[in-house]
Amino acid sequence: MLRRKKLLFDGPLMIGLITLSFLGLFVIYSASGENFSVMVRQGIRLGIGWVVMILVAQISPETIKRFSPHLFIVGVVVLILVLLVGVVAKGAQRWLDLGIFRFQPSELMKLALPMMVAWLMTRDKLPPTFAIILLALVLTAIPTGLVVIQPDLGTGIMLAASGLLVIFLAGIRWRHLMMMLATVAAVAPFLWSQLHDYHRQRILTLFDPWADPMGSGYQTIQAQIAIGSAGIWGKGWLQGSQSHLEFIPERSTDFIFAVFAEEFGLIGVLILIVLYLFIAGRCLAMAYQTKETYSRLLIGALALTFFFYLFVNLGMVSGILPIVGVPLPLVSYGGTSMLTLMAAFGIMMGTHSRRRLMT
Amino acid sequence: MVSRSRMGQAPGEDAMVRQRLKLAGIIALILAAILLARLYSLQVSQYARYQTLSLDNHIRLQALSPVRGLILDRNGVVLAQNTAVYALKVTPERVLDMDLMLAEVGQIVDLSDREILAFKQRSSRRPGFKKQLLKTQLDDAEAAKFAVNEYRFPGVTLEAVLHRDYPFAELTAHFLGYVGRISEKDQNRLEEEKYKGISHTGKSGIEKQYERALVGSTGFEEVEIDAHGRTLRTISREGAIPGDNLRLTIDIELQREARRALGASRGAVVAMDPNNGEVLAMVSNPSFDPNLFVDGIDHATYSALRSLKDKPFLNRALHGRYAPGSTIKPVFAEVVIEEGIDPEESVFCPGWYMLPGSTRQYRCWKKTGHGRVDLHAAIEQSCDVYFYEMGKRLGIGQMSGVLKKFGLGSQSGVDLPGEPDGLVPSAEWKLATRNEPWYPGEDLITAIGQGFLMTTPLQLARVASILANRGSVVQPRLLMSKNDPLSGEPEELNNKKNTRNLHINTEAMDRVIRAMTAVMSSPRGTARMSGRRSAYSIAGKTGTAQVIAIAQGEEYDEDSLKEEFRDHALFIAFAPVENPKIAIAVVVENGGSGAGVAAPVARKVLDHFFLKALERA
Repeated sequence: MLRRKKLLFDGPLMIGLITLSFLGLFVIYSASGENFSVMVRQGIRLGIGWVVMILVAQISPETIKRFSPHLFIVGVVVLILVLLVGVVAKGAQRWLDLGIFRFQPSELMKLALPMMVAWLMTRDKLPPTFAIILLALVLTAIPTGLVVIQPDLGTGIMLAASGLLVIFLAGIRWRHLMMMLATVAAVAPFLWSQLHDYHRQRILTLFDPWADPMGSGYQTIQAQIAIGSAGIWGKGWLQGSQSHLEFIPERSTDFIFAVFAEEFGLIGVLILIVLYLFIAGRCLAMAYQTKETYSRLLIGALALTFFFYLFVNLGMVSGILPIVGVPLPLVSYGGTSMLTLMAAFGIMMGTHSRRRLMT
Repeated sequence: MVSRSRMGQAPGEDAMVRQRLKLAGIIALILAAILLARLYSLQVSQYARYQTLSLDNHIRLQALSPVRGLILDRNGVVLAQNTAVYALKVTPERVLDMDLMLAEVGQIVDLSDREILAFKQRSSRRPGFKKQLLKTQLDDAEAAKFAVNEYRFPGVTLEAVLHRDYPFAELTAHFLGYVGRISEKDQNRLEEEKYKGISHTGKSGIEKQYERALVGSTGFEEVEIDAHGRTLRTISREGAIPGDNLRLTIDIELQREARRALGASRGAVVAMDPNNGEVLAMVSNPSFDPNLFVDGIDHATYSALRSLKDKPFLNRALHGRYAPGSTIKPVFAEVVIEEGIDPEESVFCPGWYMLPGSTRQYRCWKKTGHGRVDLHAAIEQSCDVYFYEMGKRLGIGQMSGVLKKFGLGSQSGVDLPGEPDGLVPSAEWKLATRNEPWYPGEDLITAIGQGFLMTTPLQLARVASILANRGSVVQPRLLMSKNDPLSGEPEELNNKKNTRNLHINTEAMDRVIRAMTAVMSSPRGTARMSGRRSAYSIAGKTGTAQVIAIAQGEEYDEDSLKEEFRDHALFIAFAPVENPKIAIAVVVENGGSGAGVAAPVARKVLDHFFLKALERA
């Protein structure tokens, strides 16, 4: 039986998240050019995020599982809606204007998709059959496709990753996995031809950013200069010349890691990565300890997706991955994605805290 | 299939999913290791490279242009100066839409098509981060209007720049030269390091000759800039060192007087101090405005000036090649005496001369003839027949020897770029260049300064100064002193070491000078009209050089000849005879007779020199 009076949360995870949140505020203050109000706004968002996390943590895993298909269908509908009546910003149609605030439906899908796939997987015995996998792939492809045509390649990749991670954790057979990879390899040239020119340019730029140092290679080069010039100890907080003299574009959002790395050096980078690994590891441990398969799959996929965010973001900022718009979780300036992330941590905490209460 | 409870699970699933979680965790660790490896590579292995790139990004070394040295005349009158003007400069890579920017700037300041074209040409050849000049010499109203609107035009800046200015314009153009923008050709010639931040270089004249002294040295300023190219602060600064101020030997008042004396005629006047070679005036007419060249002359104006028949760009004083005519006779008279021919021996002049065994007549300028003339009278009255006879006796070998001794056929060593040699003919020279033998008739025409012999006005002025000095040669020069503007210490130049004595027989020298004095003062002297009532004594020699050969039996009739075929009028002189202070050469192209046209010009210059000098003293 649940003792409803007690607030449900996880101590170690909370410590990790609090540390990362405060670290993020320091970096935002520096990246915004020591703009105090930007930091305050980010702090307010974080506060809302924390409230959302605590609230979501109180929802029982059964409820979450039961409403997975409903949430998914709502998600797909609003994704279609956003393509029809969405607000165009930065050359993409990503937002729905709800009067008081702008809502980004793809964020909802970041939770709804892994929930849906986990729901699908646990309808039957694991490992999943080929038919179930195909169905799961279709369910993953629908929202991914809708997001990519907005276009928002970064979020699309993260969505696909969350769906595929559930399939992987559900114990997809190795030969099925190989077949999937072979298919991807076969259709890759077609996908390449379907990419936007600027995406193609970004991928090509990855191999040789110096081919166009003032154009498509500029962001990569400036970010690498910021990171590389920091050395082991960094230039010190608020001392980064690359960020403070505005050489790094998108320094408060997607490229905030370059600001961090420039000011805190390899030592700071090491601490940051360890902090992320700690949070992701703690979540994986929670998944490991959970009694029930749906929750195990969902928590595991959400934890790995969280880490995958870090990998893609650091990879693109440090120049080993193409530039796709993926923020650094909990540090990059921005609203909706932080709420989604905190909600995800809420789901994980809530499920985990109840593990002893469930039979 | 086994149906399951809503939150239940099949046995074995736990272990399998946990296995996958572990596997995923390991993959995550591997990915984290890859990231760390990459960051280690950037921050440790390639740290030095990226640190340099980071510094290059925001620390910029800016060249500080030195101020070019002033050029003054011998009395301190400014001949070349630097005035501040406003200029619009553009950093092309910071301009988003070049054509739009040009159109909008064009509404604020007046931009001509020529300026736009020149700007586009310049910027297409240079890297985009380098500032390029768009428009110079904005007036105050335009500058103020642009300053108000400057924020609208990123990449376009209004700068005050120093602009070279020649206040005397045409009067100084030839010897002073001018500066112009450094061209690609110049870039190969100039040391790149020294010319950072310097846009102009001397293209001709004194400006080119003394470029090293005038240019100064560039200073450097280390500044911090942001990604938009804005300068945030100065980190360090090493000031530019201004160029030396030059004081020339030219007296601009005398120059002006000489120019005035020439009037509308094409020609040249060179006046120098025979004691030390200081060039007091160097006039070439017609002239041009050197200020047109400072920021690039436009093609139409340039080709119009260039195609003028009068050749205004030609510095006649230095580059003009003229047959010296009779002005060379004192030089030959000197060798006549040195060769032991009795100067008292007289030659009969019937108005013409004929070589033995030939029927060709060589005419004297005086058709009726001079009667019996000795050396003195031959110079005084400029008898050609006397010198035909002497030419025959001396031969070309003796003649070219003495011409060379007097500095003809070679550079005088004046401190101006591109001085020509002139031409002293010899039998060997003719055989080598024309593959023809030297004919006896050519001895005769050489003896009256005609034929192949070619001299420049500067060389003739030097001949006059050698005669004035009784045989010592000085090197003409225009630079009197250099003055370091920081220490204020003038560096006086000593020209004495360039003085050389020809060791000419004093008696011969005296005789020649006496004859030259008679030219100006005796009742039969050819330039007696120009020597009249002078407060100081003058020694001179007139010359009239044929431009085209007059056929046998034909008359030279000035009025019937086209202007360009008329004789050149020449004159050399020095004064005062006893203690010469000035030596002068005048050439008036197609002017007619030396006595009638060139000598009066010299007299005006001499009068100015002595009378004004007396006034000043």
